[in-house]
Amino acid sequence: MPHVFTVSPDFTPEHLSGWFIFNTWLQKALGEAFHLQLYDDFHSQRDAIKSDRIDLIYANPYDAAMLVREKGFKPLVKPEGKADEAVIAVSTERPYLQVEDLPCSIKLATTEDPDVHMMGMIMLEPADLDAASVELKVCDSYVLVAKELLKGYCDAGVFLAEAFNDLSSVIRKQLRALVNSQIQVVHHALMISPRLADHRDRLLGALLAMPENDKGKSALAALKIPRWERVDDEEMEFMIDLMDTFVT
Amino acid sequence: MQDMKPEDIVGAYREHTLVHFDGTRRNVLVTDIESPYPDGRLIVSRTDPAGIITHVNQSFVDMSGYSKEELIGAPHYILRHPDMPPAAFRDLWETLRRGEKWQGYVKNLRKDGGFYWVKATVIPNIRNAQVIGYTSVRRKPSRQKVAECMKLYPTLF
Ligand SMILES: Cc1cc2nc3c(=O)[nH]c(=O)nc-3n(C[C@H](O)[C@H](O)[C@H](O)COP(=O)(O)O)c2cc1C
Repeated sequence: MPHVFTVSPDFTPEHLSGWFIFNTWLQKALGEAFHLQLYDDFHSQRDAIKSDRIDLIYANPYDAAMLVREKGFKPLVKPEGKADEAVIAVSTERPYLQVEDLPCSIKLATTEDPDVHMMGMIMLEPADLDAASVELKVCDSYVLVAKELLKGYCDAGVFLAEAFNDLSSVIRKQLRALVNSQIQVVHHALMISPRLADHRDRLLGALLAMPENDKGKSALAALKIPRWERVDDEEMEFMIDLMDTFVT
Repeated sequence: MQDMKPEDIVGAYREHTLVHFDGTRRNVLVTDIESPYPDGRLIVSRTDPAGIITHVNQSFVDMSGYSKEELIGAPHYILRHPDMPPAAFRDLWETLRRGEKWQGYVKNLRKDGGFYWVKATVIPNIRNAQVIGYTSVRRKPSRQKVAECMKLYPTLF
């Protein structure tokens, strides 16, 4: 039976080919069989984690608490210089220039990305907006969030900063960012299950050495990651504690 | 803990003497100048179990006006504003000792005598079933909630 590797379902299809290439690299690096299992949504992925079907995961920060504290996963690496940040944006047709200008109840376009949504809700608090005063329109992608704003269906939208900056310039020009998070310490991470604990050090070494060999380099290029950076246990615990303060 | 120094203060100030939980007396100098909370940022600090600061992020340094060197190793009451009712911090510590999360609105004192309001969430850091310290994460508060606290807090002394 191959080990099961999975990635957080917040990736667009064009990123997925990179993960297949990474999976091939992984099998060669460890000399073990891995199957890349993709899930359509966070719920089905969490079910798989809960029933111990996952051996290695590129995890959303929101799921790190369950992985580490309930399932005994250990962190390996994060992409260098890449933190998850959120942006609250509106259509330029709307008069709002800052979050505090938003009305006291709004329709908010968002995605299922749990960490980005949570950071977005925190940035709405200064406007006295919370779950009770916000009606959610959950979209399948950030392009669809943008469309909700441009069509005037929603008052504001929550974006992953990277996705916001990747929007086409035509769309981007019709949107105004009200606030950008600068949290810096919330990030995705590759994490390993206790079943693979014996492989942790060897895998960590291979991941960190990727920029030094051709196969590793091309796998990183396919993921658009310059190199991996080590995440130690305490850094991960700190991120989990921080995320815990977001949950009321 | 050193008294606040007039040469560090920006603007007209009043003087107060705080008596901290450990018996330390400190003269603080207080102005009416508010520093707006920076948009999109979190102000983060950690303490050891006794409330001594062990970690601060850059936003903490920027907002408090102290250098990182002045903050690490100092008791967290270095930010204590005389307008904050003692009951708030009593509740904070009782909540933390029960192993629970505390949330509240806090007016903090800057090194230059000014102040800033935050919404703070403090949690115990539990490692191997032991409390090794506490983390506080502050975010920009709702103006309405701050206005309510400005009315309520003076009644709690
Ligand atoms: C993690 C953590 C963060 C804290 N942050 C603050 C703060 O920002 N401002 C503050 O006045 N007290 C803060 N406190 C509470 C102080 O430790 C202290 O209880 C408070 O300043 C009142 O001190 P006193 O009663 O000795 O004067 C914090 C405590 C902890 C554990």
